[in-house]
Amino acid sequence: MSAIQLESIEKRWGKTIAVDNINLTAEEGRFLVLLGPSGCGKSTTLRIIAGLESPSKGRVWINGGDVTDRPSSDRHLSMVFQSYALFPHLNTEENILFGLKVRKVPAPERQQRLKKVADLVGLADYLDRKPSQLSGGQRQRVALARAVIAENPICLMDEPLSNLDAKLRHDMRVEIRSLQRQLGMTVVYVTHDQTEAMSMADKVILMRDGKIEQQDTPGNLYDSPASTFTARFIGTPPMNLLSMTSDARGVSIEGTDALVHSARPNSQLGIRPEHISLDSRSGIPATLVASDYLGADTIVTAVIGTQELMIRIPGRYELKGQEAVFLRWQPQFARLFDKESGLLIDDGPVLSAATG
Amino acid sequence: MPSSTIRNQAYGWLLLTPAAIFLIAFTHYPAIATLGQSFFSESTVIRPAEFVGLENYQIMLTDEVFWKVVRNNIWYAIGTIPASVALAMIMAIWVNGKLAGRGLVRMAYFTPTILPMIAVANIWLFFYTPDIGLIDQFLSMFGFSGRNWLGNPETVLSCIIVMTIWKEAGFFMIFYLAALQSISPELEEAARIEGAGRWYYFRRVTFPLIMPTTLFVLINAVINSFKLVDHLFILTKGGPDNASSLLLYYIYEVAFSFFDEAYAATLTVVLLVTLAIIAIGQFLLMDKRVHYR
Ligand SMILES: Nc1ncnc2c1ncn2[C@@H]1O[C@H](COP(=O)(O)OP(=O)(O)OP(=O)(O)O)[C@@H](O)[C@H]1O
Ligand SMILES: [Mg+2]
Repeated sequence: MSAIQLESIEKRWGKTIAVDNINLTAEEGRFLVLLGPSGCGKSTTLRIIAGLESPSKGRVWINGGDVTDRPSSDRHLSMVFQSYALFPHLNTEENILFGLKVRKVPAPERQQRLKKVADLVGLADYLDRKPSQLSGGQRQRVALARAVIAENPICLMDEPLSNLDAKLRHDMRVEIRSLQRQLGMTVVYVTHDQTEAMSMADKVILMRDGKIEQQDTPGNLYDSPASTFTARFIGTPPMNLLSMTSDARGVSIEGTDALVHSARPNSQLGIRPEHISLDSRSGIPATLVASDYLGADTIVTAVIGTQELMIRIPGRYELKGQEAVFLRWQPQFARLFDKESGLLIDDGPVLSAATG
Repeated sequence: MPSSTIRNQAYGWLLLTPAAIFLIAFTHYPAIATLGQSFFSESTVIRPAEFVGLENYQIMLTDEVFWKVVRNNIWYAIGTIPASVALAMIMAIWVNGKLAGRGLVRMAYFTPTILPMIAVANIWLFFYTPDIGLIDQFLSMFGFSGRNWLGNPETVLSCIIVMTIWKEAGFFMIFYLAALQSISPELEEAARIEGAGRWYYFRRVTFPLIMPTTLFVLINAVINSFKLVDHLFILTKGGPDNASSLLLYYIYEVAFSFFDEAYAATLTVVLLVTLAIIAIGQFLLMDKRVHYR
């Protein structure tokens, strides 16, 4: 049984359509990530699941029951807000226990659960502090604890890490994920950060303009983007896209004479930066124009004809001025997309960089 | 002290001087002068003022009108403060919600505050006029006969109280509205998801969070309740039989109708001291319960 199911959900405010006919399911105990650029309707979708917003059309199912018209409190879920939504006048303990007090859980049980949760998120020493006396990461933990102590099977999170610095964000990512596994919660997690999505999700729902662009495991999303949007959104740096043209001689990369085998005309070639290698003798001629050293690897910017692409080279790569090189890649890593629709052409034969 | 610090200090003091001059000339000096005056007898053409010690205060303690006015003022405070503050809070919460045309409602609630006091008093004079006034006309539809609302010692103070609540509530509402707007809507959503009802949320979250505003509003309300004069001019002149006279109005009468400035100064000192004690008391009492971020 799926924990959450959205069926043809639509949400509009006047003329703006925030969410446009969305269907998705979250399996029990899984970590689902809603990913997409700003304004694509992630928060709206999450709020519809939470019952904070009611859909203009469609049904919301939770644990097999239709909850579309039920209030939030009947849905047995917790939520972590982007700005934490801690009560500023209550201390950590009171904040965490807020929901249990509302539901009149007896005091001894409250204390017992508080102790367990406080230990779990490492807040035991901060129970009498007000939110204003806590660091960002600690506040984040209070918000998490408040969500976890309810022992609801479902937890919704709206960009819970966006206010933290990079290091802390990484730590919290790991913590949230392990907490989710430990407690077997179904989590729906909203973010616009694809690194976060890739590292945490069991399944990623990639959204664009209120619609679902693609939903799959992080690995499949990365390896087999169904469109140029996914190809460009997932991965840092994103997948390179090269426009192709065809003439009497065959299909070539736009702006060059470099022929590629059996590519379809009017398409775009997609290739990930780490799948391109440099060669000094044969391949597609290119010029290296810039390099960006990242520690473990270097991102080198190359120009083929008029088109730019990024190449990931392991280790340090020192570029002195401009360098003329040849590029190669293995055919199984290359993808072809239709130039108009941006969709993957999956029946097209795999192409390889022509070798002279 | 290094010279640059001295220069900075001098600069700071210079900037403060204009404001300080006005404050001293129109606030501090008069207050102290008043205190001094209260220890002297009233000067007349033939007899200059002489030091009489606490005699003015003794006179005050035996002055029946003074006690009546004090009683009136206490009733007036009890009648106006809780009602107007509670009403302001309720109106603000109401106007802060997702209400169609709330901008209009906000403005409507605030209007009494921006009307000139004299205009307000005149409007209410019309309401309270016997027989042809709005209230009597309304009541006559149900067969009640006209009453002289402002001419009757039993109803006159209540009439003033109702008018004050009407005027103050809109003013205080603006402060509450500002406080409510500073509360993140996510708090309410978080509470809703936890299953908290509206009343529970108000009691546990909204009310404590707007406590600083409540303290501010309460102090203002108390001070205002001792400050009322202008309405009384238009509506009742303190009558009948001092039934609607309040402290400040009595002070005004003593000073400018009876020309007993020394006694007026005495009453003023008592008023100032009372207000100071109340304000300090409120701060001390409520400070512990007020949440400051
Ligand atoms: N209350 C509202 N009234 C009108 N339009 C709204 C409302 N809430 C959201 N929208 C619109 O709906 C669209 C989707 O908003 P939503 O908040 O879901 O985006 P998001 O994907 O969460 O973006 P972000 O990453 O910036 O948080 C946006 O175009 C937004 O302007
Ligand atoms: Mg959002």
